[in-house]
Amino acid sequence: MKRYIISRLLQAIALIIGVLFIVFIMLHLTGDPASLMVSRNASPEDIEKIRHEFGFDKPLIVQFANFLKGAFIGDFGMSLRYRQPAMKLIIERLPATIQLATVALLFSLIIGIPIGLLGGSNPNTGLDLVARTTGLIGQTIPSFWLALMLIVVFAVKLHWFPAFGRETVRILGINFPTKSIVLPAFALSLFTTGQLARFTRSAVLEIKNEDYIRTAYSKGLPRRIIYVRHILKNAAIPIISIVGVQFSYLLSGSIYIETIFSWPGLGQLLAESVFNRDFGLVQATAFFTSVVVVVLHLLTDIAYGLADPRIKYR
Amino acid sequence: MDDKKANNKNVTGLMIDEEKKKGLFYFLYYVGRLLWKDKTGLVGLLIFLSVIISAVFSPYLAPYDPLKQNLKISKTPPAWYKNGSIHHIFGTDDLGRDIFSRIIYGSRVSLTVGFFGVLIASSLGMIIGLVSGYVGGKLDSVIMGVVNLILALPYLVFVVFIAAILGRSLLNVILIFGFTDIPIFVRVTRGEVMKMREEGFIEAAQSVGATTSRILFKHIIPNLIGPIVTLATFEMSAMIFYESGLGFLGLSVPPSVPSWGNMLSVGRQYLTIYPWIAAYPGLAIVYTGLGINLLGDWLRDVLDPRLRRAKK
Repeated sequence: MKRYIISRLLQAIALIIGVLFIVFIMLHLTGDPASLMVSRNASPEDIEKIRHEFGFDKPLIVQFANFLKGAFIGDFGMSLRYRQPAMKLIIERLPATIQLATVALLFSLIIGIPIGLLGGSNPNTGLDLVARTTGLIGQTIPSFWLALMLIVVFAVKLHWFPAFGRETVRILGINFPTKSIVLPAFALSLFTTGQLARFTRSAVLEIKNEDYIRTAYSKGLPRRIIYVRHILKNAAIPIISIVGVQFSYLLSGSIYIETIFSWPGLGQLLAESVFNRDFGLVQATAFFTSVVVVVLHLLTDIAYGLADPRIKYR
Repeated sequence: MDDKKANNKNVTGLMIDEEKKKGLFYFLYYVGRLLWKDKTGLVGLLIFLSVIISAVFSPYLAPYDPLKQNLKISKTPPAWYKNGSIHHIFGTDDLGRDIFSRIIYGSRVSLTVGFFGVLIASSLGMIIGLVSGYVGGKLDSVIMGVVNLILALPYLVFVVFIAAILGRSLLNVILIFGFTDIPIFVRVTRGEVMKMREEGFIEAAQSVGATTSRILFKHIIPNLIGPIVTLATFEMSAMIFYESGLGFLGLSVPPSVPSWGNMLSVGRQYLTIYPWIAAYPGLAIVYTGLGINLLGDWLRDVLDPRLRRAKK
């Protein structure tokens, strides 16, 4: 197990170094990062000023070395627009995104897994149809359109929830969101709900036909115990890996949702900085989100290793 | 497909031994029967065909010029609203352009991006995956290292990043999706090649002296078609989604081009008062996605001969 964790850890570090390289290269895709960062009618002097300020006039290799050096101490330079360190802006926005992703994940778990379970244990019935339809809906309804329609129905027509913004209450020094989180979290969760319903259904279908389930039935165990002890426990293994991947998707995929609902998180920061051509901040946000995703995948792998004893021997 | 080709072993994985002798006619009959048996596949195919037809014949199907503005009739609600007009069944947008016509023309952008994006990604991905899986060794580790790195990135974040840097144009969008989608095709192709190696028929062919190109074209590629076509349909649907998402953020084709994403982006500004401007382009995306996904599910079952035999 120790060897497994260490090898995964090394992989994650290699990935993060790779991400740094990609994020760095990205700004140089067009060959002239300075002119990207200014508005179209900027004077050559303005461009020259930016070029000097960000060090784009130095050789590429020196720039990359400086970038790496900064990255190690968490320094991604200043935001052009806010005139504040990029890292500080990101850290400020992080709690809102984590809350949104967590609530969305909860929605998905509460809706997706039971639907998948019921569908998988009653194949070719109405319940199964519900499970398969949920999977299909999750894949075919774009979250940004769903978000708009939710606003029309539940905020504009019914006034049940606010149409945008993040209202919070302060409990024990932490800002908890109020019901303003419901619509964005639901819109964000739809895809994950579909995926969970789909994977839970197929995991249950597969496990139901295993030899050990037949053995359990033949030795007279009640259906309930077989479900809890054998089917659920074994279905949990693939579901853990899906949940981990999906959580990282929820964290990084909230660009549309946060923009639509003016939710002050990382996704909105990214969209905003793209419009402001604040590419230093875009770079930092992209890097930070990637690191979060890589770390989450690492944790998922470790949890997977703990849940499935077979993996230790690989 | 002529008779000789149809006689080859499992050209598409669709025909079993006794069926394959009968050629094209039987092949079509066979596919038709499968479609008829599985109605969801048929529905998916019909939906997908209707989107293709609307893209190809847009000028004949759209009642109005999608770019023609008429401020006098702007923000007309859909036909079934109280003050709606039968002349504009889905209503008009902020500049008085007919929404139904714009949706029909919008399918052109979506399908172009989906088709060419998948074409680039699948062809390059297949070549790289074949090299990686067939040659193996150090080259394989390097390729898979890069593939895993790219697949570990938060996709949407990077697509937005690249789109913002490259600027708004149809070609840029196609290239962005075409290139960022290569890793998935590499991984699937390589995985399939690895599986084939384990099954031993590649080794068998090598041992009787078959050349590399013969093994590639007669043994490996025919067996790859099923998984790649299935993956391609799902990726196409994903690209259509991502394109409209980029359009929604104002990062896809230029604002003057009618596309579903651009329409949603306009609709969002008028959401609370004129919700139909955003509603119908979104329904078009759902409709297209539904068709392609149903078709893809059906293809996955049909093109995988192992699954099909197990079903009988």
